[in-house]
Amino acid sequence: MTVHEAAAEAPGGAGVPNQDSASERRDPVTVHEAAAEAPGGAGVPNQDSDHDAVYGPVESWERDFDHADPSYNRQAHAVWEQLRGSCPIARTERYGGAWLPVTHELVREIAYDTEHFSSRGVVASTGRPDIAAPIGPAPPITSDPPFHQIARRLLLPPFAPKQIEPWEDEIRLVCRQRLDAMGEIEPGTTVIDAALQYAQHIPVNVISRMLGFPLEDDDLFREFVHDQLEGVNRPVEARQWAFDRLDDYVDNQVREHIEHPRDDLTSYLLSAEIGGNPLSADHVRGTIVLLLLAGIDTTWSAIGSSIWHLAGHPDHRRRLREDPDVWTFAVEELLRAYAPVTMARLVADDVEFHGCPMKTEEWVLLPFPAANRDPEFFEQADEVVLDRQENRHAAFGLGIHRCLGSNLARLELRVALEEFLTRFEEFELSDPEAVTWSVGQIRGPRSLPVRILAATR
Amino acid sequence: MRVRLDADACEGHNRCYALAPELFDVDDYGQAVVIGDGTVAAELGDKARLAVANCPEYAISLEEEEL
Repeated sequence: MTVHEAAAEAPGGAGVPNQDSASERRDPVTVHEAAAEAPGGAGVPNQDSDHDAVYGPVESWERDFDHADPSYNRQAHAVWEQLRGSCPIARTERYGGAWLPVTHELVREIAYDTEHFSSRGVVASTGRPDIAAPIGPAPPITSDPPFHQIARRLLLPPFAPKQIEPWEDEIRLVCRQRLDAMGEIEPGTTVIDAALQYAQHIPVNVISRMLGFPLEDDDLFREFVHDQLEGVNRPVEARQWAFDRLDDYVDNQVREHIEHPRDDLTSYLLSAEIGGNPLSADHVRGTIVLLLLAGIDTTWSAIGSSIWHLAGHPDHRRRLREDPDVWTFAVEELLRAYAPVTMARLVADDVEFHGCPMKTEEWVLLPFPAANRDPEFFEQADEVVLDRQENRHAAFGLGIHRCLGSNLARLELRVALEEFLTRFEEFELSDPEAVTWSVGQIRGPRSLPVRILAATR
Repeated sequence: MRVRLDADACEGHNRCYALAPELFDVDDYGQAVVIGDGTVAAELGDKARLAVANCPEYAISLEEEEL
């Protein structure tokens, strides 16, 4: 089987980075590489997802797909294009059975159908969540109607635009500190890692402050993210160990906040009420887990993918430098083209969906990034059109589960790109083959070596 | 010309507020609100059309008034 990504995205031709250049020519049977991207994982037991993954190499994207196979994210655009032409709802027996619809129309239909497709589980993995609908383990993302709306309404105000806008200066400061920490830059020579030295630090800092958690635990937060979202193909017992470790950490933070309440989201949740009653301990813990995990590698991935794109498109860098009015469109367009987040649903009851016999408790992946590149819905879907005027992208989902943190994510992405482009006017991938990509439902570069060609201080 | 908002369809993506703040505000929950009666001044026609064309939930429409 051969997969081909449309070259349209790379109008510049030669020298444009292409993450698929190596992998797209390989037979998927031979592509099963170590997930070497573990961020800050040194010394942590049970951390190596490549050593105990339950599943082997992918035999066919149509009948045996695996979103946690390392070759998937690396060549995702090509896989989706192939599936749109051959099999718009792919199937796998892995993970206890899962489906992968890849068109905008199908993704949209499932996102709006909360009756047949439950959010009780949103990370397709070897196990199933042990907390029942409609609350689920991490409300409101794992909740179904009618409870969903109650849990979500509690969290909407702190993430509304006017509450998020004041974080801009703080985010800008974090970005500048990270750029300063790169030390002396010698244009034409210095290579920095834009994922490890820059992108991954920006969202962690803000969410730690919002929750009132110690900033110095940021490496630990990235480990949690890695365990929960990348280690989906590990045995259930290994995943349980990781869940327990995260729960213990959150419980300690909650205890500390009960003793010393302050003005942050954790104390806010502890004082919140539903129908006159405080939230259950499970609800508070689950929501904190959601807030801690959901905002970290998602935004970090969007920042990294955008820098990856700009590294290969000097024309787009120039446009962003010279045309401030293009930014509002450009940020959305980068979100469309490089949307990091695929969600999942669990089939609530046996249902026939467009000819597919979906069974209770099987997973259905919702690849919003694939919907965003569907040529039936978007013109020039595989091209980045910086000033795209019509852009109903689904990077933050569709329907009742629209990403709660979308206003924060947008702000972080814009400020991170502004600061990076201000400091580094010209840059390129130092070695396109050295770029590594995340594993699982969140897609983005985990190592991104960039050679700086022109810098200001 | 007038903008119309289907409040039940709005999920708070805030694209309209970003692109046409003269026509849309957001409430404390981040849900869109039409400013005034939604009448679009002539010079804001393009912004109104952008708000429509960037709403992922198709919650915004334009009502052309007949003279």
